[in-house]
Amino acid sequence: MNLLALILLVLAGGALAWASERVHASAPRWVALVVLFVAGAWVAWFWLNPVADNIYAELSLPWIPRFGISVYLSLDGLSLMLVALTLAMGVVAVVSSWTEITAGPGAFHFNLLWTLAGVVGVFTALDLFLFFFFWEVMLIPMYFLIAIWGHENRGYAAMKFFLFTQISGLLLLVAILGLVYANYDVTGLLTFNYDELRGAHISEDLQFWLMLGFFIAFVVKLPGVPFHTWLPDAHTQAPTAGSVILAAILLKTGAYGLLRFVVPLFPEAAFDFRWPAMLLGAVSVIYGGYMAFSQSDFKRFVAYSSVSHMGFVLLGIFAWNQLAVQGAVVLMIAHGFSSAALFMMAGALQERLHTREMTEMGGLWVKAPRMGAVALFFVVASLGMPGLGTFVGEFLVLLGAFQVDIPLTVAAAAGMIIAAVYSLSLMQRTFQGPANPNVGAMRDFGARELSVMILMAVGLIWLGVYPQGVLDLSSPVLDVLQVGMR
Amino acid sequence: MSNQDFLALSPYITITVGILVQLLVVSVRRGRTLAMVTGVLVLVATLASLPLGLGAGAPVVTEFLRLDAYAAYFNALFLFAAIVTAVLAHKYLENRAGEPEEFYILLGTATLGAMVLAASYHFAAFLLGLEILSISLYVLIAYTEEGHPPLEAALKYLVLSGVASTTMLFGMALIYNATGTLVFSELASAFVSHPRFELHMMLGQGLLFAGLAFKLSLVPFHMWTPDVYHGAPAPVSGYLATVSKGAVFAFVLRYVVESEVLSNQVVFTVIAVLAVLSMLFGNVLALLQTNVKRILAYSSIGHAGYLLVALLAVEVLSDHRIGAEAAMIYLAGYFAMTLAAFGVVTVLSSAAAETDAEEIDAYEGLFWRHPVAATVLTLAMLSLAGIPLTIGFIAKFYLITAGIDGSLWVLVWALVLGSAVAIYYYLRIVLAMTRSGAAVQYPYATQTSEGASILVMLGVVLITFGIYPTPLIDIVRNVLGSE
Repeated sequence: MNLLALILLVLAGGALAWASERVHASAPRWVALVVLFVAGAWVAWFWLNPVADNIYAELSLPWIPRFGISVYLSLDGLSLMLVALTLAMGVVAVVSSWTEITAGPGAFHFNLLWTLAGVVGVFTALDLFLFFFFWEVMLIPMYFLIAIWGHENRGYAAMKFFLFTQISGLLLLVAILGLVYANYDVTGLLTFNYDELRGAHISEDLQFWLMLGFFIAFVVKLPGVPFHTWLPDAHTQAPTAGSVILAAILLKTGAYGLLRFVVPLFPEAAFDFRWPAMLLGAVSVIYGGYMAFSQSDFKRFVAYSSVSHMGFVLLGIFAWNQLAVQGAVVLMIAHGFSSAALFMMAGALQERLHTREMTEMGGLWVKAPRMGAVALFFVVASLGMPGLGTFVGEFLVLLGAFQVDIPLTVAAAAGMIIAAVYSLSLMQRTFQGPANPNVGAMRDFGARELSVMILMAVGLIWLGVYPQGVLDLSSPVLDVLQVGMR
Repeated sequence: MSNQDFLALSPYITITVGILVQLLVVSVRRGRTLAMVTGVLVLVATLASLPLGLGAGAPVVTEFLRLDAYAAYFNALFLFAAIVTAVLAHKYLENRAGEPEEFYILLGTATLGAMVLAASYHFAAFLLGLEILSISLYVLIAYTEEGHPPLEAALKYLVLSGVASTTMLFGMALIYNATGTLVFSELASAFVSHPRFELHMMLGQGLLFAGLAFKLSLVPFHMWTPDVYHGAPAPVSGYLATVSKGAVFAFVLRYVVESEVLSNQVVFTVIAVLAVLSMLFGNVLALLQTNVKRILAYSSIGHAGYLLVALLAVEVLSDHRIGAEAAMIYLAGYFAMTLAAFGVVTVLSSAAAETDAEEIDAYEGLFWRHPVAATVLTLAMLSLAGIPLTIGFIAKFYLITAGIDGSLWVLVWALVLGSAVAIYYYLRIVLAMTRSGAAVQYPYATQTSEGASILVMLGVVLITFGIYPTPLIDIVRNVLGSE
């Protein structure tokens, strides 16, 4: 019952946040924070009290017996990390929008918490129907976050976001049903249970098409070139909290889907498909970096750099060996921290300067040294400085991929150089360089913003110097998922 | 006829007597609220008598009717829709000149016609039910008399519907010529293979299905739909989209299962083509509209196409179960979400105004002006788009399941493509409601507690069965199991 109760807690917290608006305009923020901390403590309790080998909590209840659908939730090491990341980023999102959101704070935090609840569901569901249910459910509140509290072009961005994700979702639904009925034809057993579907004997042809359906749905969310075009718009137009959640968590659901479903459910088909997938990854790395360099909008810049980083994740998963996959997992966590911090920085700048255009910034370090130092740290983290989490992730991915395909690895490694170029140019254009005469005095980071930023910085350093903690949690799961066993 | 037969017929007797009582009440005392209350009471009494009729255990009443659980299931849906329509119409008709008693009487007769259709087992019963339903609808469509659109809509519907009925009659005559029977279940066995009769049979089925396609508004027989839905008063449009379509579909499903007509490859292909065209054209044409009623009209064309997927799955699958099950679940969901969508339009409109609140601009900022209506409309839109948490998703899930189980891949892809397009226009309405623009203000856009409670009830239905559909599934499976 525990896992379901955790999700229900976050959902109920959302409703409570909305209702608390009547008491005081700031009440929803506090309610959201408290709910997230309680949920975080709960997850920590799961972590300390595993129920079985590498399983920290599990639950299975009948739901729609007609189709063999059950509420099957399970928390293993990989899920545990991602759920913890989700809740932590939820806190960041609440804090980063503390002063930004003035219209309808209750509804805002309701949507925020419901998105988070959906994501927690995605990371724990092991029934394919339930997974799809949460997969779609997390998008509706996200859509409202963008459509109602977004920036100038929010309607367009929200629509584009929804269309991309829904259409890929339909593809996923058809693929899931195709898998379930292919299994039904063989075994006569109608079930959406992940464990039972893993061993399904499906013809190679069908396996390929089903795998492709899953793959496209997840790569759209990741996002990989050429399915990435929704991301710059959605990220740019979303309010700060929305961008933080999109970049830090929602993108990870795509990578998680590839790890949890595509590879284990269709091992042969996915193995045969590894070259095109790795190519897509490498292209994403380079293309994302190239596009990031040519942006003048701070948020668009971070959005494209995310495309580049997630390209490494795709490359790592399909390099099909242990090193690369573990690198991908580390990178998922590290990118969660660094992209969230950069989006929070973009939001803070926009709140102060009312613009995201880097041409209207410049020389900001003098006016806000604390912001400058923080920005420098996360920019350096994003370009893959040794000692920080991103480096460990990308290095492991490249090391693993090198054993498989040298040209692609070289190309992706060039992406790291591009990352250095675009990241430093961002720093140069905003905080360094000649001061922009149009910018007046600017408030520096206060304790609220600084404390969150420092927490994320500590996370990145911890990942950078001691990634073993993450590896210990994830590697038994990855072994079970049979990723990298060949 | 035995006592048991009369007991089985009790829902039909109740509603017929109820309509007569309504007529008598009018001659004693007139009044808008009184008419609504008596109308709703009659419908509720009929709903309550459904279990009584089923309990009689005499499903075969003459050659004409099968008063089985299948009919009762659809009758419950029709009565539910009629009750919703009756309550919502109360405020809608408030400022119209004159007393609106006829509205509730005609609503009763239309529902009676639909109930006959759901139980029909013989072409004569089918025609009888269809005409009772259609003739009531002609008047209901033109009911508000304000301005030109309702009259135009009614006239269009009258002429085209008449043509469709005669087409079907001719089709039935040809089928009779080929088989010598009008009872559905005897058609297959009575059909003698002979070149001349084969031609008659094919032609007859073709004409019959052309007329049915008109009633279900399938492409290319859909032309009337947007104009009529647009011109008709909002509550009637909702009734038209649900009960009129649902009743014809209930007949089609029974007819197809009993007469085994779909085992004919040509008929099967033709219907598959109609389904694909409806799913694609209905949804694409809806993209071009800015009028909410027209958007819903085109979307209902698409939904009719979706329903045919279930119909075709009935034929393909060895046990008819999952196809019929999918169709029945889908219709239940479609009823709830369509009624909710038109319900919101109704609540915001009035018969006294020149037009209903139908332009998409009128919905700008609705979230801040009428939070309840906006939330219910959002749920209805998400449900029509087939997004989880709503009954629309369960319904679409069923259809795709039936399609994949029957390996109807072309139809499944058309369904996916149509749904993908549809998300855009459903979301446009939601997006408009979130914008805080200066909205076109419609007069009479006041909320009454009766309207709000009906909307909330529909919203709860959409969500409850979206999250936990098992009770609904059990009901449908019981209905099909007892057939």
